[in-house]
Amino acid sequence: MAHSLHHSILIRGGHVIDPGRMNGPAEVLIENGKIVAVGHNLAVPSRGQDASLRTIDATGQLVLPGFVDLHVHLREPGFEYKETIQTGTASAVAGGFTSVCCMPNTNPVNDNQAITEFILDQARAAGNAHVFPVGAVTKGSEGKELAEIGDLRRAGCVAISDDGRPVMNSLVMRRAMEYALAFDLPVIDHCEDLHLSEGGCMNEGLVSTQLGLQGIPAAAEDVMVARNLALAELTGARLHLAHVSTAGSVRMVREAKARGIRVTAEACPHHFSLTEEAVRDFNTLAKMNPPLRTWQDIQAIKEGLRDGTIDVIATDHAPHATQDKQREFAEAPFGIVGLETALPLTLALVEEGVLSLEAAVAKLTTAPAQTFSLTKGTLAPGADADVVVVDAQRQWEVDPSRFRSKSTNTPFAGWKVKGLATTTIVAGNVVYELA
Amino acid sequence: MSLKRKDLTSIASLSPDEIMLILETADSFKEVTGREIKKVPALRGKTVVNFFFEPSTRTRTSFELAAKRLSADVINFSPSSSSIVKGESLLDTARNIEAMQADIIVLRHPSAGAAETLARGVKSSVINAGDGWHEHPTQALLDLFTLREKKLEFKGLRVAIVGDLAHSRVARSNIYALTKLGAEVRAVGPPTMIPACLEKLGVRVYYDMDEALRGVDVIMMLRLQLERQGRALFPTIREYSRLYGLTADRLRLAEPDALVMHPGPVNRGVEIAPEVADSFASVILDQVTNGVAVRMGVLYLLSGAN
Repeated sequence: MAHSLHHSILIRGGHVIDPGRMNGPAEVLIENGKIVAVGHNLAVPSRGQDASLRTIDATGQLVLPGFVDLHVHLREPGFEYKETIQTGTASAVAGGFTSVCCMPNTNPVNDNQAITEFILDQARAAGNAHVFPVGAVTKGSEGKELAEIGDLRRAGCVAISDDGRPVMNSLVMRRAMEYALAFDLPVIDHCEDLHLSEGGCMNEGLVSTQLGLQGIPAAAEDVMVARNLALAELTGARLHLAHVSTAGSVRMVREAKARGIRVTAEACPHHFSLTEEAVRDFNTLAKMNPPLRTWQDIQAIKEGLRDGTIDVIATDHAPHATQDKQREFAEAPFGIVGLETALPLTLALVEEGVLSLEAAVAKLTTAPAQTFSLTKGTLAPGADADVVVVDAQRQWEVDPSRFRSKSTNTPFAGWKVKGLATTTIVAGNVVYELA
Repeated sequence: MSLKRKDLTSIASLSPDEIMLILETADSFKEVTGREIKKVPALRGKTVVNFFFEPSTRTRTSFELAAKRLSADVINFSPSSSSIVKGESLLDTARNIEAMQADIIVLRHPSAGAAETLARGVKSSVINAGDGWHEHPTQALLDLFTLREKKLEFKGLRVAIVGDLAHSRVARSNIYALTKLGAEVRAVGPPTMIPACLEKLGVRVYYDMDEALRGVDVIMMLRLQLERQGRALFPTIREYSRLYGLTADRLRLAEPDALVMHPGPVNRGVEIAPEVADSFASVILDQVTNGVAVRMGVLYLLSGAN
């Protein structure tokens, strides 16, 4: 590992937010990879010369649990030219994320134990963030036969999803939900009716009409959200809805939660920061799936984040090489990188008054950890020492050429934003420091 | 007077003054095309590349003739003969053509936005000869030219555009052009062929053709893409034709001197009855003639030769 090891780290002078547990000035003491204490005037164990103690001055900064991203694409195995587990996790820690859940749409698909183990091996070798693989729902994500979900679970998968290739057959989805119950494994769906969205490349609406691009109606998402909620109610499964993008989805999830259905939902920063207008000059960097929607949808997502309908902020980090995106709009692949811009875009919600600072931190830490039952996202004594120090006032301009990710496909280039991770610690090791 | 722009990729980006400048420039070239020797030296020494990714006889020929009548050198590129099949990107291929000092690239491409993408990537002027369902600016310009030639004022002109507007670049360019110049545009077709939020472009939408045609000055028919039948846009050609075909009876609902237009190629007996296509009301062949003059005007204005 490139980074230095410290047996003890003391983070002093910062404002600690551990959602639901602590919100105020405090010190954080880390020893042997674990959080030892959060408080004042912490007794640092004396070890003679004390060569192994490192002190981090966090004066004027926030000290937070490392962020947990439930939705990333690390592209390895199969698409290493877009991203590798090494570069993807380097990007994660630069953005303050210490745990990422990687989607199974690699090549081969992560639908078996061997691939899951390979991913975990690569993650260990990279030594950046913790990686929690998401296994496929069906073999090859073909939507037909169930993958060996029990094996995937045993190998380390924390949820199942056929992300990007949603399970269209409702019976298969029902069986997957039922089967996953045996392992209490969350079932994630990328909600998209592939018939309604066929050929579409942006939101269906005024802009798609003006540009002559085939639209993807909001109903393509809503129809599947409705189906999945009905199946979750039928089966009692833990349903997690990926990247909610429509006002209709938010409304249905809110209603389902009120009725006690076990459903959680995530929203991506781009879906609350940009509208379909970003596509107007055929900008392939604004092409993702689900597509950027309308101002009304953004308002609904913000309201959903505020009232708890949407539990989690996740990035859907989807790296693509320059040559992939430099194509005609309809042919360019969906997706943008997100790990290194999620923090400031989330903090903008605090500035805007949508979320309190603690609630915003919770959407990136405690809430995602809880959603997939990960023992992460907290600074409780005894927890893994995954910590991020954030300068919330630091202004910076998004410059993709400085990303740690292998890819630079972001629509936020040139944005003046506020809030930056300055130090990231994973399991007691400083894995990232702002230069 | 000149166009202060490198490219012509859309009508949406043109001002009414720019549109009128192109039409006025085309006037003088129309006169040239009527001469015995239909050639002027305006673009001598310039190279125009016709870069066509979709089969097209009429538009490509029209551009080729226009360029040749301006004395430009013309090269035709099409996918089967170019390196596109070898996996080279549109931009790379275009940069290669540019490296051969092409002054103007005329692009026809199945993907919306292709012309704008290309225009951003090369120094040559780019003329959009149709990009997906997005725009076909020179078609709209030649339609305007034809209407103006028939001494019609654009302001208050009532124009019905009938057919599959959702998948039509001709419809989009004409909607932008006509509304910019003050015409009243009626969009007519089954709801499956009317794209989302079309009214926001300043047009009125009709599903009933008879109602829509009442009192119009111009009927612009769109070509029905017959292969779309399988995609649940309309049940059968028979039913489409009965509901949205332009018959002699329907033509009588319009103003007595109404004009009938069609960008071609015509599906006779489907969207337009043969006797209507061949009637005095039809200006379909005038459109074709004027296409050459209008494209000469556009090539001339973009070449910087003026």
